[in-house]
Formats: sequence, structure tokens, C-alpha cells
Amino acid sequence: MNPQQSRLIRQILVPLVSIVVFLILWELLVWWRDWPNYKMASPSDLTGAFSKYWKLFLLYGWQTLWRTVLGLVISILVGTLLGMIMGFSKVARDALYPLLVGFNAVPKATVVPVIALLFIGADNTNTVLMAFMISFFPIAVSVSVGLNTLETEYRDILRALGASRFTVFWKIALPKTLPEFFGALKVAVTLAFIGTNLVEIIEPHGMGLGHLFDSGKINADYPLMFAVLLALAFLGILLFYAVVVLEKIFAGWAERPET
Amino acid sequence: MSDQSVIALENVSHAYPTDAGPLPVLDGVSFEIAQSGFTAVVGPSGCGKSTLTKLVAGLLKPDAGRVILDGKPVVSPRPTVGMAFQNPVLLEWRSILRNVLLPLEIVHGHGLSRREAEDRAAGLLDLVGLAGFEDKRPSELSGGMRQRASLCRALIHQPSVLILDEPFGALDAFTREDLWQIMFKLRIEQGVTCMLITHDLRESVFLADEVLVLSDRPAQVQHRMTVPLGREREIEDLYRPEIVENLAELRRQIQIAQGRDRGEDQQGEAA
Repeated sequence: MNPQQSRLIRQILVPLVSIVVFLILWELLVWWRDWPNYKMASPSDLTGAFSKYWKLFLLYGWQTLWRTVLGLVISILVGTLLGMIMGFSKVARDALYPLLVGFNAVPKATVVPVIALLFIGADNTNTVLMAFMISFFPIAVSVSVGLNTLETEYRDILRALGASRFTVFWKIALPKTLPEFFGALKVAVTLAFIGTNLVEIIEPHGMGLGHLFDSGKINADYPLMFAVLLALAFLGILLFYAVVVLEKIFAGWAERPET
Repeated sequence: MSDQSVIALENVSHAYPTDAGPLPVLDGVSFEIAQSGFTAVVGPSGCGKSTLTKLVAGLLKPDAGRVILDGKPVVSPRPTVGMAFQNPVLLEWRSILRNVLLPLEIVHGHGLSRREAEDRAAGLLDLVGLAGFEDKRPSELSGGMRQRASLCRALIHQPSVLILDEPFGALDAFTREDLWQIMFKLRIEQGVTCMLITHDLRESVFLADEVLVLSDRPAQVQHRMTVPLGREREIEDLYRPEIVENLAELRRQIQIAQGRDRGEDQQGEAA
């Protein structure tokens, strides 16, 4: 086995083992405290919920996933655009920062009924909008910080040859910001899931894992509720690692070799 | 202005706007650098040496006076200029070869095919002792090697003028002497006209034909020295008696510029 293979195996095996250990500890805790499953379901209770409702998990999981991903894509576009504007113009930075911080500080749960009234019946729009609203802030901030901390020599090296501002942005500023951007995107991924589920749970419209959670609550099916939580965690991990793969492709150069 | 001068500054003055009103940094600076000539500019810290590089590169406009490159006044940046700084500013996500090729992506009309451009880059890298490092990332290279790659990048588009702003300032003493020799070889082989900003008097004498000492802010040309060395130079030349004398004179001029030369008795203290 060459070192590359062993590193790959380690990269997959270590997280898997830690998840298994976590599930075992959870099982043991419930067994040791002798909690009934309406107080705290154990992993072994969940297999029943998963096998009984697996079709619903696939259907609702897909609804949650695509709306979260769409919200994230809008976040990336709008967040990057805002970050660029703030990164290049001090006036724009001064003007936009208080607005963005204020907007970000508002608990998004309170915004759910507002957008539900704004777009009555447009459930997908509402959900995607919330996933976007809750997750664009870190992206905008990271892009703006990345751009306005660009050392002047980097700009001068191209400007001295007569390069336009756009060329400097495209050739230097943008790629140089990618590591910060991906750091922010990892935070945004988990936030976007929270956004999607907020809408699915607070404004029930019969879609997504949030809806499945809600029906578990109404029917006092506690293992189902926990199963939904686990499914959400799984989707979060899935999307997070999708970002990690993209990061390796586009910003792998920023990684220092292990010593 | 003489006919063969490539860089000419005529009475150049510049001030930076600050909250407390304009801060004058250059006050009527004039000098010329001939075709394939090499002039080093030394002076106290913060006397406006870097401002000089920005003016020549066309990144700043002088408040008064003119900067002339290749016979035409500088109004904006020109692709016939190459620059290297103390920070090598290599792009971490590009290989060394692709870093060196960067200016050719900006400068148009060089008429080189991809193959020819890569050959030229490889030739330059070979000249500075970086053959075989084309595909390495900047993070895999030492500081001195990165600075050598940065010099190749500054020369890849065959500029008529090379502006060096303390490019060896962050290197250790031995690496620095290596790079002086490489830089000297480059200037001779490429025939490029150079302006070097430096704090290192030995560096200025080893590399340049003429050394200018700037006074403290607002800077004027306080002293000019022609270096009595030819087109073949060795580090050992710096220990020749007449060169040591030149160095001592430059040091005295710097002290005058700093306002410290109030008598022989204070020389030791000023060091």
C-alpha cells in the first residue's frame, strides 16, 4: 500500500470510526439512564423509523436538499457580489456593513412568518429565500476582507503593465480570496440547512424533512423525530464534504504539506 | 535631456495628501539613466524612494515636473516596464513557470506562441539557476529562489526599464550576495535599463554605474557618485581600497541626509 492510498483510507476511516463511537456512546447513555424513547430515543430505536419510512426520507430529504443547495447557490452569487462591492469601495463598505450586520442579527425565525405572508403559497420560494438569507453573510464578509487586505504589491505588479482593475481582480484578487471564501462556505452550508428547516417546521407546507419532523411530533412518534435529526445531520455532512472536495480542486494550493 | 537616456526625471516634485495638509516627499528631483545603465538610489528611511518607483512606473503622477521614459512623458503605466519588490509577490496557486509567464498574459503584441513564451521563461529561469523548478509551487521554494523567480517575471516581457524596489532586502547576507551576482549577470545579458532602490550601500555599489543619495523628506538629489567598476565584477571588488573609500563617502552622505553629521566625534554613535 503506497502512502497516498493509506492517507486516503485514513481520511475516510477516521471520521467513520468517530461517528460509530458517537452512536455507541449515545446508545450506552440511553441504556444506562434507562430513558424511555419518548424522552430520548437511542440509535437502535431509529432503525425501525428508517425502515418504516425510508421512502418518505428519500422524498423529503431530496426536497430539503435541493432547496438548501439552491439557496446556497444564490448566497454564493449575492454574497460574492456584495463582498466585491465592499472589498473595492470604502464608501460601500461603510454604507453596507451596518445594514448587513443588523439584518444578520435579526433572528431568522421571526422573519419566517413575514416572508410567508409576502409570498403566500410559494413554498419553494420561501424556503430557498430563507436558506439564502441566513447564509450569505459570512460569504460577503470573507470576500470583502479577502479583497481589501490584498497587498498593494500584488496589484502594482499587474497595474504597472497597464492591466485593468477587472484583470487584477480576475487574475489575482479572486483566486487569492478562494481559501477564505471556502472557509466561509463551510459555515454557510450548515446555516443554509437551518434556514430551510426553519421554514419547513414553522410554516408547515407538507414538504421537506422539517415536515416529517413535524408529523413525528404530532403523532408522538419520538424515534421518527430523532431519525429526522440524524437524516439532517447526514445531509449536512454530505454537503459539507462536497464543499471540501470543491475546495481541494480550486484552493488546494493553499494547503501546506503535512510535516 | 540627452538623446540616449531611457529614464529621465526633470524637476519632479510630489506630495501625499494627509489630514494635516499635503506631505511633500520629493522636491525637484532630476536625474537620467542612459540606455542599459544602472542607477541605484539610496537615502534615509521614508525619504520617498518608493514614491520614485511608483512615479517611474506610471502608478502615480508627479505634482510638478516630468518623468520621461524612452523619450515620452509618462502619463499612465506602460508595458515596457518590469518591476520587482522586496516581497516577491508570487501567486501561490500558479507554478513557477506560470508565475514567470504572468506579464505576457497582460502585455499584448509580444507575438510569441505559447511554446516560444515557455522557452523564453525556461531560459530566464536557467539563467538565474532555477532550471528544473518550473513546475514547483512558490511555497516549495526558499526566499532567495522566490526572489529569483520574481526577477524572471519582471524580465519575461523584455521591458526596456527594470524597476527594483529593495528586491534583496529580506534575504540573508549570503543569499543576497548570490542574488547580486545573478542580478548583475541579468543586467549585462538583457541590456535592460535599471533603477534600483536600496538601503544597502554595498549592494548599490556592486550593481550600479551611478549611485544617487537622496536627502531626507522632502527629498532632493544630495549626492551623485560614479562607481569605478566595469562590466566584470566580483564580490571581492567591494574590498578594494578605492571602493571602500566610496562606501565610506556614501555612508557619510547618508548621515548628512539624516542630519547626524555634526562632526567626526559622533560617527561611532550614529552607527
